Amino acid sequence: MPEANPPAMELSEAPPMLAVRGVSRRFGGRQALDAVSLTLAPGEIICLVGQSGCGKSSLLRLIAGVDAPDAGSIVLNGAEIAGPGVFVEPEDRHIGFMFQDYALFPHLTVADNIGFGLRRLPKAEARRRTAEVMARIGVAGMAGRYPHTLSGGEQQRVALARALAPQPVLLLMDEPFSNLDRGLSDRVRAETLAILRDLGTAAIIVTHDPEEALAAGDRVALMQDGRVAQTGTGRDIHDRPCSLYVAEFFRPCNRLAGQARGGQVATPLGAFPTTLADGQGAVVCIRRHALQVAAPGAGAAAQVTGSVFLGDVEELALRVAGVSEPLVMRVMGHAPARPGDTLSVAVSPDGAMVFPAI
Amino acid sequence: MTDVLTRAAPPAPASQARLRSPMALRLRRVAGAPGRIWIVGAALTALLVAIPALALVREAARGSAGLWPHLLAHVIPDAALQTAILLTGVGVMVTVLGCVTAWLVTAHEFPGRRIFEWALLLPLATPTYIVAYAYLDLLHPLGAVQGSIRWLLGYASPRDFRLPDIRSMTGCIILLGFVLYPYVYLTSRAMFLTQAANLVEASRTLGTRRGQVFWRVALPLARPAIAVGVSLALMETLNDIGASEFLGVNTLTISIYTTWVTRSDLAGAAQIALVMLAFVLVLVMAERHARRRQRYWTSPQRARSLAPGRLGTGAGLAAAAFCALPVVVGFLAPASYLAAEAWKRFRFAGLSANILTEAVTTVALAAVATLTTLALGLAVASAARAAPGRLTALLQRLSTIGYAMPGTVVAIGVLVPLAALDRWIDQSAQTWLGVATGLALIGSGAALCYAYTVRFLAIPTGSVDAGFSRIPRSLDHAARSLGENVTGVFRRVHLPLSTSALASAGLLVFVDCMKELPATLLLRPLNMETLATHLYGEAARGSYEDAALAALLIVLVGMAPVIVLARIGRRQPE
Repeated sequence: MPEANPPAMELSEAPPMLAVRGVSRRFGGRQALDAVSLTLAPGEIICLVGQSGCGKSSLLRLIAGVDAPDAGSIVLNGAEIAGPGVFVEPEDRHIGFMFQDYALFPHLTVADNIGFGLRRLPKAEARRRTAEVMARIGVAGMAGRYPHTLSGGEQQRVALARALAPQPVLLLMDEPFSNLDRGLSDRVRAETLAILRDLGTAAIIVTHDPEEALAAGDRVALMQDGRVAQTGTGRDIHDRPCSLYVAEFFRPCNRLAGQARGGQVATPLGAFPTTLADGQGAVVCIRRHALQVAAPGAGAAAQVTGSVFLGDVEELALRVAGVSEPLVMRVMGHAPARPGDTLSVAVSPDGAMVFPAI
Repeated sequence: MTDVLTRAAPPAPASQARLRSPMALRLRRVAGAPGRIWIVGAALTALLVAIPALALVREAARGSAGLWPHLLAHVIPDAALQTAILLTGVGVMVTVLGCVTAWLVTAHEFPGRRIFEWALLLPLATPTYIVAYAYLDLLHPLGAVQGSIRWLLGYASPRDFRLPDIRSMTGCIILLGFVLYPYVYLTSRAMFLTQAANLVEASRTLGTRRGQVFWRVALPLARPAIAVGVSLALMETLNDIGASEFLGVNTLTISIYTTWVTRSDLAGAAQIALVMLAFVLVLVMAERHARRRQRYWTSPQRARSLAPGRLGTGAGLAAAAFCALPVVVGFLAPASYLAAEAWKRFRFAGLSANILTEAVTTVALAAVATLTTLALGLAVASAARAAPGRLTALLQRLSTIGYAMPGTVVAIGVLVPLAALDRWIDQSAQTWLGVATGLALIGSGAALCYAYTVRFLAIPTGSVDAGFSRIPRSLDHAARSLGENVTGVFRRVHLPLSTSALASAGLLVFVDCMKELPATLLLRPLNMETLATHLYGEAARGSYEDAALAALLIVLVGMAPVIVLARIGRRQPE
């Protein structure tokens, strides 16, 4: 774990390898990207996450150079590659790109696909490099096969090998694991990350899957409507979300409405400290696992109205007086109560986050 | 911290060094960066196509004084009326023949249906001037058909009994209808195959009787497809020069030809050509109008073929007879007549040197024109691929207008600027080099190849564009992120992935060039004959020597694209 998370302090000291500065892009009447900024340290792997249509793929295309920004600039290793009056063609950027559909050339064999980007090397050198990459990624046995004969997992690995063969300084991956089955995608993701770490290749992985985002990279950048809502390590962004949207993106929350008064928001489940000004509307966001069974009388009285068994955990639906929506409590192992029972519930320390009401 | 740096250290310096130098050198402006070469190529191509049309307008406007009133009073009204009657008649013929045969073979099971499915395309292989040539002899009062009828009915001589003369407007409409209906057959059959199944079943569940399905569902459904097919057939009709001439129908095409060839009046020919373009414009607009809602008609789910319903014995035989009629009249009869005549001639005289030379000339001209057309079509389609947008879409549309222009119109349009250019070259050469070049461009056949290219450019542009559209954009982006530039992507990705589209486009263009008559007649260098012009010459003179052989060769070559079409149009396996 410590190895996977270079602390944020170090990142700010190292010169950024990639710096995206205030980049905007419009498509017709829609603002796909609105002044997006993002930096990437050498060797860093960052996950770009967000709902579909939030602009994450558009950003990736701008960095790769298959599209040009309307405003802002992109700097790679100190040289501006896109900005006002400047545009470096994608083939001159040395940025690898892995596509969601893998984009393998159907008329070329696996070996020719992987060697596609090595044209500028001498023939023998290109062959040697291809063989090396194939061995490293584990696709050496498929050299003479054509893409349509490969399984999804094999295609993914060939696409990875092809993108890595020219030794790019940065690898962009657009939903690289979304076309794979659940179990397979976990394994392939672990292998892919290990290879990237091993080669020291920096990478931006676009995903719409919150869990993948938390697990895969050094840092997570969450995008919302063409802007970066929050950047930070997975733990950071999960534990200290800067907005209700970010909080609810990773895990569904119980919401309690209230009003700030004297540095506190009073709710049927207790009062929570806040920095909001007096009289301002507030939403208290309580994660499902932060609801706990309390000693009778210590918490709020709740009636269990339903339960869902999920294997290692069980979720109980609770009705609490004064709260319009049923609350959901997530408990490990066996549930302490059945539908119809009455419980006393409380919020664990630091389990509540207070945001201004929308 | 050290951990991060050491891990990142090895690739960084090397890559930076590699990265900076090319980047510093190759900073480019954003505007116009991708695919500039292709856009320039596409613009030049569009210009090449537009020049004849523009030259036509200019020449017509320049026309000598007093000519226009003459044309308006004596030539154009009659020719326009004849053309309009011909178009109307052929339009009705091809709609009925094409639509009914298409519905019969897609929705019904009857003896021979599988054969008719492809055989109904065969008349495409017989150019209009060849079918007219064949029937002129076949149906001659002293010919085989009328002779047999007289023998059957017991008449002694043509004076006692003869069929109405084929050399008439009616004869021309019937013959053209029987060879041009496949355009409607092809388009409406494709519509029935891909669209009809669900809708027919839905209409049956809503109480439509079997016999009403054609009128209430199939025909309205096929209307846009029929419009496309009919407009193609009518463009061929406008383009025709041989059939109407042999059968004595004085159309606009014929008047352009005579105005230029017998009266050497280029301005007059250009003026008639403009009238003809007005006809084309009406056709194109009518087609657009009929198709305006077509995009709503394509269903999103994968199409299912209609299950053919079995016809009873009587109805089945009637259906087979109805399908057999156009195949026999439009292909089998003329083709076997030509084969028999050619065989007779071959036994009598062998292969003449003339016909061999003409075959070589035809193939050489067609080959040069095909290569040029393919190259230009590739440029236009690639520009649209590399830089999609309004400009390239406009260039693409411009480059295809030649297809709607009849051969004579293209020829006059090409003749105007090239004759001027030839004069200029000749004068410059005489002034500077003391050599007379004469008609360098027209005399060498370059003008003819230019006309072929203008006229048939729409084929490769469309077919390559369709081929490109099946290549996902991510392949382009992948290739570029792997260090390939726009030209490299074209060479290493687009070209190898569109070989089959190119091949079929090449085949179509080649065969169309070989069959082309009107432009060839007007633009061929002196003393140069192709197979088509040879046939025209003999038919016009009324001599029947090597013509059957030339016609047979053209029909045989013309069958190649029909075979390709038949394979493409086959039902997809379930």
